[in-house]
Amino acid sequence: MMTVHAGLVAGALRTEGFWTEQSPKLGFAAIAIVVFLAVMGLVMFLADNAPRKGRDVVQLLLFVLPAMLLLAAGMIWPALSTMWQSVTSKAGEFVGLDNFVTIFTDPTGQVVLRNTLLWVVFVPLISTVVGLAYALFIDRAKGERILKSLVFMPMAISFVGASIIWGFMYTYRSEGFPQIGLLNQILVWLGMSPYQFVETPPWNTFFLLVVMAWIQTGFAMVVLSAAIKGVPAEIVEAAELDGASAWERFLHVTLPWIRGSLVVVVTTITISTLKVFDIVRTMTGGQYNTSVVANEMYTRAFRLGQPEIGAALAVVLFILVLPIVIYNIRVLRQHKETH
Amino acid sequence: MTRRIIYPAVGLALGGLVLAGCSSSDEPGDSGSSGDGGDGGAMAAGCEAYADYGTFDGESVEIYGTQVDEEADRLVESWMEFEECTGITVEWIGNQEFETQMNVRVEAGDPPDLAIFPQPGLAARFIEGGSVVPAPESVEANVDEFWTESWKEYGTVDGTFYAAPLMASVKGWIWYSPTQFAENGYEVPETWDDMMALTAQMAEDGADNSQYRPWCIGFESGEATGWPGTDWIEDIVLRQQGAETYDAWVAGDVKFSDPEIVEAFDTFGEIALNADYVNGGIGGPETIASTAFGDGGLPILDGNCSLHHQASFYEGFWPEGTVVAEDGDIWAFITPKINADDPDAVTGGGEFITAFNDNPATVAFQTFLSSDTWANIRVGLGGVISANQGLDPANASSELGTAAIELLQSEDTLFKFDGADLMPAAVGSASFWTGITDWVQGTKSTEEVTSFIDGTWPSS
Amino acid sequence: MSAAIAPEPVVDEPSGTPSGGKAKRVKKRLTSRTATFFAIVIAALWTIPTFGLFVSSFRPDTDIANSGWWTIVTNPSFTLDNYVAVFSESGASSASLGVYFINSIVITLPATVFPITLALMAAYAFAWIPFRGSSWLFVLVFALQIVPLQMALIPLLKIFNYPWLDIGGTFPAVWIAHTIFALPLEIFLLHNFISEIPRDVMEAAKVDGANHAQIFRRVVIPLSVPAIASVAIFQFLWVWNDLLVALVFSGGTVKTAPVTQRIAEFAGTRGNDWELLTAAAFVGTIVPLIVFFSLQRYFVRGLLAGSTKG
Repeated sequence: MMTVHAGLVAGALRTEGFWTEQSPKLGFAAIAIVVFLAVMGLVMFLADNAPRKGRDVVQLLLFVLPAMLLLAAGMIWPALSTMWQSVTSKAGEFVGLDNFVTIFTDPTGQVVLRNTLLWVVFVPLISTVVGLAYALFIDRAKGERILKSLVFMPMAISFVGASIIWGFMYTYRSEGFPQIGLLNQILVWLGMSPYQFVETPPWNTFFLLVVMAWIQTGFAMVVLSAAIKGVPAEIVEAAELDGASAWERFLHVTLPWIRGSLVVVVTTITISTLKVFDIVRTMTGGQYNTSVVANEMYTRAFRLGQPEIGAALAVVLFILVLPIVIYNIRVLRQHKETH
Repeated sequence: MTRRIIYPAVGLALGGLVLAGCSSSDEPGDSGSSGDGGDGGAMAAGCEAYADYGTFDGESVEIYGTQVDEEADRLVESWMEFEECTGITVEWIGNQEFETQMNVRVEAGDPPDLAIFPQPGLAARFIEGGSVVPAPESVEANVDEFWTESWKEYGTVDGTFYAAPLMASVKGWIWYSPTQFAENGYEVPETWDDMMALTAQMAEDGADNSQYRPWCIGFESGEATGWPGTDWIEDIVLRQQGAETYDAWVAGDVKFSDPEIVEAFDTFGEIALNADYVNGGIGGPETIASTAFGDGGLPILDGNCSLHHQASFYEGFWPEGTVVAEDGDIWAFITPKINADDPDAVTGGGEFITAFNDNPATVAFQTFLSSDTWANIRVGLGGVISANQGLDPANASSELGTAAIELLQSEDTLFKFDGADLMPAAVGSASFWTGITDWVQGTKSTEEVTSFIDGTWPSS
Repeated sequence: MSAAIAPEPVVDEPSGTPSGGKAKRVKKRLTSRTATFFAIVIAALWTIPTFGLFVSSFRPDTDIANSGWWTIVTNPSFTLDNYVAVFSESGASSASLGVYFINSIVITLPATVFPITLALMAAYAFAWIPFRGSSWLFVLVFALQIVPLQMALIPLLKIFNYPWLDIGGTFPAVWIAHTIFALPLEIFLLHNFISEIPRDVMEAAKVDGANHAQIFRRVVIPLSVPAIASVAIFQFLWVWNDLLVALVFSGGTVKTAPVTQRIAEFAGTRGNDWELLTAAAFVGTIVPLIVFFSLQRYFVRGLLAGSTKG
């Protein structure tokens, strides 16, 4: 009790100067936002009053240039230097594809690639299917908002937080010892032996990627739910009159209608899945054959002092995402043509 | 609950800090000097020890480290007087993303002034990268005076001394409950064989408690999972093979798959892979890898196990109210020798500090941190020990700390640095950890694991 | 994409007003028992893990380590100690949680407003200002999503540390970094939405003599409110939960470090402070949840590539 008391007193002492110390920071943020918006207002003003001749060009530049300059400095330049680094040695000499050879001949390299493929197939699949199903099931149901919030909640939790939560679910104690992880307790209640979810390959990769799917389902659900609400009621009714079953209506009416949203959802989830490493890092540190390319990249570049291998792994990530980019380009092209 | 402790000293020191800050900004140069104010005498009296470092006006030194929470609090406390007396403001940044942050900031040409590396191998990597400046003369003089040759050696790269040792820990303590030992008539084992006999005895005595095993082991430590296992192997190699083989192994001249090291794995395996001997309160050998190292020894308190191998810092991990003393709830002995007449041998780890510039304020602070003054202050605040020879063992906050410092300062002790920390990062901070985790998990045999680790040893 | 939906021009229409057809559909849906069953199962699966941690945060530390959280049913134990500890505790190297909260807010608000404004403008340009190379530039921006931000940290910090800029270790550096990292995804998402605005709406504005800047203000922004709100939520969540970017660019001292750093400290170098970690994790989630609940209605109204129509 004594220590609690002392702690509260110390807390009280600290709060005395709390606002005088903290409010300037908040003021700074507020001023920053106001200044930023004022500058943007000025940009708009300039765009409005640009001389008629060449106004379109001026406006275009004012709209696109700020974002492009930031991207050039903060992403394009780093991307190019990463690519260059991936074909050089640590000392900066050109070594061709040596770094890639190192990755692919490393005993764990192939496992890492296999895991990454599993992640990139199953996370978008599970999140989208479950998110879509849930959005359909609760569409216009009583308490829809609350039901949505339940599934969205994991989105509000950080990757590390989610890993802790699931680590807690998966906790293992040997048979005959009291279980503290819910999943193993359920196995025990069912009369089965407890199972090391995180430590036993090859299924552990699946149990890890479930965590990512658990987080991303909320995203899929809110986007797809909004899209479903956009399906015109008349079309659905017409299909009903034709005697289509619920499944047929979904397949032939809803699905085509929300295809655009589906592409966005799958694309976004796939890309964030490829990049995520916090989950693997927190739950296993890449051990037990669970590492993925993003985690390997982080480990090599920052922990093991092999930035050139890290760069090569980043390029591998980029190559993995190319199919998605190409698909989206095609969709975009079609869209431009028909629009 | 241990974290709720509030240190009265902190409040006082903070108050002092604020005062010092005010005075130095109002009247530059006044703070620290034996001024004319009424309490000027008191100030000067407190600051005598800091006279050599000079006084500064509005300078600040940024220092990075991995310490967080209580450990960081104590560090910051340890240099509050220094700040007050010299006028230097020390900006402390400590977090678990240390390695990433250091990499990024050094590569971006914006390193902190000083960095505390948790292991010499990591420091060496930055030194080799060329961003670290050699230790100033004043620091080197302190290290020559207060540390042994081998400690200086860990901070030396290519003949130049860069990184001064800071704090240390003695590894290879085996924690036990003196009460439990007394009740059962157990005695602290003298040799490895005695310990194995004791283990067998314990397993037999505890057979009626289905959750009881003689040993508790926990390897889990996030991305560093497995390191407690490497400590085991190092302790065994040093004791079985002696210093020479140990050094050769760390340098990569003795391979993991060589019989000397395989023997150590087999010896450890007699405990760690035996379901009758591990893992008290939690399960069998397969639970070692998933048990948090911090939780590892706690089942001793529930009577579910009797022995736990972990470094001296584990003292801080026992719940509040646990008496760590030879006649208390918990105490520890050093991992036994193989033969009774072998020399005392211990492994240990330590932190090293490097500077990224030679600004006068940085040098002053760096010099202070390498002094015996600082070592005594820091150790006095509790939780850590140091291998600084100028350290008074009585200053340690606990009996165990005193025992550990005496061990470090004793000339009879053969001290060897944590091998994994000295090996290349690809092995010492990666494959050795993952390897021993797989091994204890039963997915790799000794043969497979040792040749796997050998395969990851960088060729250059 | 062509089959996707255009935003509803009337922004203020209350959502979910059931027409006759919709009401009928409600009945149909709810009669499907399997659907209800699966909805409940999914909701349970998605809630139980968090709930378990939530319950644990109110349990004494020894109980957490020794028995499952579900045992509170048979063996109730409850304490607020964990929360008291998380809130009141501070030491020489750390401040009270309140300071970290302020830092997080100072980081998050500008880092949410900046990228959305810039992304909205760029997205409009890509969608409605025809220019040569438009689609290639857009594809490039889209592809930049895959650049791992870890790879961008060093070059960006180098730029921030140029003598003429010298903003490394300050809040503006964090804001700009977050802005840059957010742009590719936000431009992509907002472009999808804006490009679905019916051409006649835009043409009508043009006929009235409006230029691009005017159309952007009078037509695009009002129509995009639901999309802006949705993207804002995701950006807010991302920045709030970020640790790495904030640490690297703000320097990581107590003056600038966000809540996530404090939570990470509770996790500590040791794994045995479960009780504090559980409580701290929930404290850190409170603000994102409030933001979600307060902006949630926009999700129902329409989001990204789709919206209410009917």
